[in-house]
Amino acid sequence: MRPLRALVLRIFGLLRSRDSDAAQDADFSAELESNVALHTDDLIRSGLTPTEARRQALIRLGGAEQTRQAHRERRTLPSIESLVQDIRFGSRMMAHNPGFTAVAVLTLAIGIGASTAIFSAIKPILIDPLPYPDAHRLTMLWELRKDGPPMPVTFGTFYGLSQRSRSFDNLAVFKPWQPAAAATGGADRPERIAGQRVSKDFFRTLGIAPSLGRDFQASDDRYRGTNVAILSDRLWHRRFAADQTIVGKQVRLDDALYTVIGVMPASFENVLNPSAEIWAPLQYDPSLPFDGREWGHHLRLIGRLKTGVDCQQAANELSVILHSLAQAYARGYDSSGGAPNGILVHPMQGDLTQAVRPALLAVLGAVVLVLLIACVNVANLLLARGSQRRAEFAMRSALGAPQGRFARQLLTESLLLATIGGLLGMAVAEAGARALLALSPPGLPRLNAVSVDGAVFLFAFALTTLIGIAVGLVSNWQASRGDLHTGMHQNSGRAPDSRHWMRRTLVVTEVSLAVVLLVSAGLLLRSMQRLLAVDPGFDASHLITMQVQESGHRYETDAVRIQFFQQALENIRAIPGVVSAGLTSQLPLSGDQDVYGIQFEKSNNPLGDPAYRYAVSPGYLETMRIPLRRGRLLNEHDIAGAPVAVLITQSLADREFPGQDPIGQHVRMGPDVGQVDRPWATIVGVVGNVKQESLAIMQEDAFYITTAQWAWGDEVQSVVVRTRTGIAPASLAPAIQQAIWSVDKDRPIDRVATMDTLLATTEVQRRFVLILFEAFGLVALVLAAIGIYGILSGSVTERTREIGVRAALGATRGDILALVLRQGMAMTTIGLAVGLFAALAAGRALNAMLFGITWLDRITYLSVALLLLSVSCIACLIPARRAASIDPMQALRAE
Amino acid sequence: MGDKTDVWQGTLALMVLRTLETIGPQHGYGLARRIEQTSGDQLQLNYGTLYPALLKLEQEGYIRSKWGVSDNNRKAKFYELTKAGHRQLKKAAADWEQTTAILARFLTPARES
Repeated sequence: MRPLRALVLRIFGLLRSRDSDAAQDADFSAELESNVALHTDDLIRSGLTPTEARRQALIRLGGAEQTRQAHRERRTLPSIESLVQDIRFGSRMMAHNPGFTAVAVLTLAIGIGASTAIFSAIKPILIDPLPYPDAHRLTMLWELRKDGPPMPVTFGTFYGLSQRSRSFDNLAVFKPWQPAAAATGGADRPERIAGQRVSKDFFRTLGIAPSLGRDFQASDDRYRGTNVAILSDRLWHRRFAADQTIVGKQVRLDDALYTVIGVMPASFENVLNPSAEIWAPLQYDPSLPFDGREWGHHLRLIGRLKTGVDCQQAANELSVILHSLAQAYARGYDSSGGAPNGILVHPMQGDLTQAVRPALLAVLGAVVLVLLIACVNVANLLLARGSQRRAEFAMRSALGAPQGRFARQLLTESLLLATIGGLLGMAVAEAGARALLALSPPGLPRLNAVSVDGAVFLFAFALTTLIGIAVGLVSNWQASRGDLHTGMHQNSGRAPDSRHWMRRTLVVTEVSLAVVLLVSAGLLLRSMQRLLAVDPGFDASHLITMQVQESGHRYETDAVRIQFFQQALENIRAIPGVVSAGLTSQLPLSGDQDVYGIQFEKSNNPLGDPAYRYAVSPGYLETMRIPLRRGRLLNEHDIAGAPVAVLITQSLADREFPGQDPIGQHVRMGPDVGQVDRPWATIVGVVGNVKQESLAIMQEDAFYITTAQWAWGDEVQSVVVRTRTGIAPASLAPAIQQAIWSVDKDRPIDRVATMDTLLATTEVQRRFVLILFEAFGLVALVLAAIGIYGILSGSVTERTREIGVRAALGATRGDILALVLRQGMAMTTIGLAVGLFAALAAGRALNAMLFGITWLDRITYLSVALLLLSVSCIACLIPARRAASIDPMQALRAE
Repeated sequence: MGDKTDVWQGTLALMVLRTLETIGPQHGYGLARRIEQTSGDQLQLNYGTLYPALLKLEQEGYIRSKWGVSDNNRKAKFYELTKAGHRQLKKAAADWEQTTAILARFLTPARES
């Protein structure tokens, strides 16, 4: 019991304030003093002189300081006491060196924060399974175009496959749908809702059932069947106040009434279209009329594999089925550009992330480099501090501090740094994840699942902390190595050379990592420049575009629809500031992708070639300033009933009519392909190539026809308006919208954007990666420069005396400048050489993201080398100039 | 070093308690002198080493201290036994005697042979 009492007292001793601590010290000093006084009295009585008596008394007391220390330690618990002391001391050291502390903490924060943010963003996208039961069985299916690339499927293919395939539990198709919901009951204003039209097994394929009501069934997905809809939990809450009795009620969407049959659970995450809030059955015609939308390549097909069936087996089975479908529905396939070459079956997650994977992996690689650089930099800083503090430690150990104390001290300081850096890193990670979301290109799946990942944060934190500990130990070993004498002499300016090998290695590492990042950033930058230099094929300046949606007047005739668009166009053209305007079924670089077959009379190919179809109004090509190479453009005389006039692109003309005049040649398009009973259309002109999907994609074959002469009137069209110079195109948007609504107020309008914006957006993913690489590269460059500067500056301080001797012996300013520069540039050059080699590997990994240059692009490597050499030259020059300006007399006297 | 110190500290504590019991309240210097005398000057303490031991005993509640004035009018901190101290002294002394007795049995025949 008694020792416990002592322990409690000692713990309380820990908690005492410093004042009471000092009071206790004073009390004890007084006690010792009284001891000495009593002893002295006795000794004087025994005949000694007072001075001698006091001297003897002090000797017998023993080391007063050690006694005080022993007494102090006995008052409290020394181990904890010294931990508190270490932390206090460490904090004080950090506060005394704000520069060091700031750089170290910031470096750690950036390293930890950036890598946590990036990993957090990438984990749900690339690593976590999709949020569905048995997600590994989910697949995405594509038809293979004759010339190779995959394309969306037709309803005909889906229908045929789902009737005959045995490999899947379920197959489903879907397409986007944006119905307008009228103002009713719970909701006060009309609203355009993002949704999907899906085949009956859509939710069953994903493996999620409605939480309220029922799923779609075969009777819902019938041609011209009744209108039913399933709501998302979000929409149910927003527009229907989470009405428990919603099932069976009717909602007005567009011009029709839909019966709500179900509500999806709140946890349902739709990776295929995250914004979709309402679903209705597709209701396509299973008789598959060959000239209908059933043969348009606009549906996306998903499937849930049967247990035990893999993608390849499924693909083999489907290809066989597809072959027989191609024979059974030859006319249907011909109208859509010919029977596909086969079917691709991809795991869904891989398919969804395919486009973004190279970019994400590249970013991941970059952030790992940044984390490495951060670690190296902090290690370097700590080592530098360790050697600066050799003198301090030598002094303390001469005063009696035990060796173990230094190790603890250094460890505490490293851990303190790591903790503060980690906390700040958490803030950086939070902000970084948010910035990533803001910056992220559209089409990144599962963005809503992105959140700062605790496990990842802990990993990065643990990594830097471990490095802190390792470095703390190394610098302790470094500082305690060698005898006190040399240590104390450090202040005099003579430093052993061998001590710096580790720091030099670290700086070289830092430089080479920076080179890797800079070369990667450079390659991406040059690719971006090349891309932006690509001619889109039209004049993007002063163009504003918007998409006019389906009116919702169901079953309106083509004639009515065409009438509406003509009237709208006339109204738009009357707006002051508008130079010209046109309509098109698909807008370049907007994400539209509408491909139909074109069959040339002379080439005797009854299947036709796939080409982008533009059903346009007269004036569209003029508005876009797509150059006319030959013949004429489309005009007001190309109307229904007149001979069908077609424009083809230069690329088609070059391939199909090499050395010939295509004007006057005959073609059949879309549903007419391969139909011998259908009349031929005539090529009236050749126009320049236009980039449709992206600046980087070379696919340019296309044909243009007037809306009036196409097989049907497109429900959704894009308006393109060229404005007068001096007017910001975006400022005319409201007037244009009004002009359209003055014809039909029910026409929803969306995707309002200037062509310049669209142009920029097409490369947003590339830009996203580029921005990150530039940022990381810059950080790396700055850290490397700081590293070089730090080591040289320290070395100049330590070599002051040597430099003084050199100067005294006749070395000129230039000699000394060169001496220091050589030292710094040697590190840079080695780092550069190593880095360039490593960069070759990195560049190769980036190959998929490069455009117009190869991963060996010499200009990039040369410019990075130059950039790095000049930056490190500046970093060297500052300490070098200081060295050169050392006054030999003072340097020698400073000893 | 550690073990020896422990033995030394243990015996020193016993000496302190015993001395305080014999002579009553005493200051640190007086205790040190008294211990030296009692040992027949066989023990030569650094007086400083006594104080942490005194603090330990005080923390354990066996002694208490207060400032007072010495015979020759000097301020000094006086230590005296508490009740717990008296009990502890009895127990520790008994323990010690037992220990030495046992040790003696080991050591004595060894010398004889």
